[in-house]
Amino acid sequence: MKRTPTVGEVLRAKGVSRRGFLKYCATTASILALPPSMIPRIAEAIENARRPSVIWLSFQECTGCTESLTRSASPTVEGLIFDTISLDYHHTLQAAAGDQAEAARHAAMVENDGGYLVLVDGSIPTGNPGFSTIAGISNVDMLKETVAGAAAVVAIGSCAAFGGIPGANPNPTGAVSVMDLVTDKPVINVPGCPPIPTVMTAVLAHFLTFGAIPDLDKHGRPMTFFGTTIHDRCYRRPFYEQGKFANTFDDEGAKAGWCLYKLGCKGPTTYNACATAKWNSGTSFPIEAGHPCLGCSEPNFWDAGGFYEPLSTGNFDSGEKLAGAAVAGVALGAVAAAAGRRRQAKFTKEG
Amino acid sequence: MTTEQESLAPPSPFHGNVRPILNEVMHAIDRLLETDEPTTIDLAGLPFGPGELEHLEAALGTGELSAKLDALGTSRIRETAYPGVWWLEHRNAFDEVVGRYLEITRTPEILSSQDADIIAGRARLEDQFE
Ligand code: SF4
Ligand code: SF4
Repeated sequence: MKRTPTVGEVLRAKGVSRRGFLKYCATTASILALPPSMIPRIAEAIENARRPSVIWLSFQECTGCTESLTRSASPTVEGLIFDTISLDYHHTLQAAAGDQAEAARHAAMVENDGGYLVLVDGSIPTGNPGFSTIAGISNVDMLKETVAGAAAVVAIGSCAAFGGIPGANPNPTGAVSVMDLVTDKPVINVPGCPPIPTVMTAVLAHFLTFGAIPDLDKHGRPMTFFGTTIHDRCYRRPFYEQGKFANTFDDEGAKAGWCLYKLGCKGPTTYNACATAKWNSGTSFPIEAGHPCLGCSEPNFWDAGGFYEPLSTGNFDSGEKLAGAAVAGVALGAVAAAAGRRRQAKFTKEG
Repeated sequence: MTTEQESLAPPSPFHGNVRPILNEVMHAIDRLLETDEPTTIDLAGLPFGPGELEHLEAALGTGELSAKLDALGTSRIRETAYPGVWWLEHRNAFDEVVGRYLEITRTPEILSSQDADIIAGRARLEDQFE
């Protein structure tokens, strides 16, 4: 393996001061949701870490995930891509094309055998291999060939993590997720449509800082970001508890910022970090903009019922009844991580 | 007109985050005075509702000292109206906020000159004599 420079060396060569580096480490701790007391340890680890080689494969996708990442504010995109990782292949972002690009992919695989990361966005068609090809290579073949020497695979977005929209009923291309095909390597799922940029960068930062993959839930999602539901951290939660709901998008309740449960909010069964990480450089998130959560980071969200249908359809004549219905919705939900479950149990008692 | 304005008014900024943070700050001040232990509160992980962060910033006010740091984008380091309580805001090269913290300390560490930078600076100074 060639000797790649450490991140500290790269930053110093670029004239980044120690203060700048400390700032970088503080924002990294923040996106990893680590306490600020960890900053010295992070600084030491990142200082001495070697830039990991990253190969990014794009299959049946809409480029929304790449858009989300390259609009990321954390820590800085230019910092992430050019300083802390060595992005050796990404056919949307790289200048090279065709044979040259494929040669770059092969070179990175050989030079970093056993140590590189593969990032995948998009689902993989298993029907006709001609449904999606790159440089004449089918998606299945490219994935299998590329992950063979990888340290780990990160499935970026709901399509790569769970099949997403290409995999939705009637799934015309026979689309499957990365973990359906890669069973002998660690697969980290970062779902979302698109995923939150800071979550994507945090997974890379975690790998860089600790040289290991983060703790994952039963769907392969990092617990740090997918350990609690949107509903657990939603600022409209007090209205939910008081039984104050918007019934239409323009009624008094909607204007007053009440809970969006009756308008179809999937927050109670959706594990994601939108309520705190937020979007557009921390401006807000869908519920803050007045729209219910669609549940985009859950498996099969596209086929999981109407976006504007309440999770549990019942007789909503009292807030009390509705609170009970919401809890039933949680209990019936496809997923419930331990932390969330504990909170819900407590909530059931109170409700 | 008034009724319509009232109903269109933005929701109240009180979603329950400000008071607990102010309380935590007060305890952190006690710790600083008693044991000299500093505290950092990362404001990124808190589920603020619309207007709530601004409400917290206003509640803490502005003190005597503020500094601007230019490193990987701009940072503002400002003492609040409560001595020992600092508001730090880091921005990236695109001027987007990448971190917001409250530090309860005598001087935030990032204000101190760092050894690595002092050594590099001394070397540059020495070059002037060649
Ligand atoms: S149902 Fe939706 S809007 Fe209501 S509190 Fe839960 S997450 Fe927030
Ligand atoms: S609020 Fe829900 S649907 Fe919207 S991005 Fe977050 S998890 Fe996805």
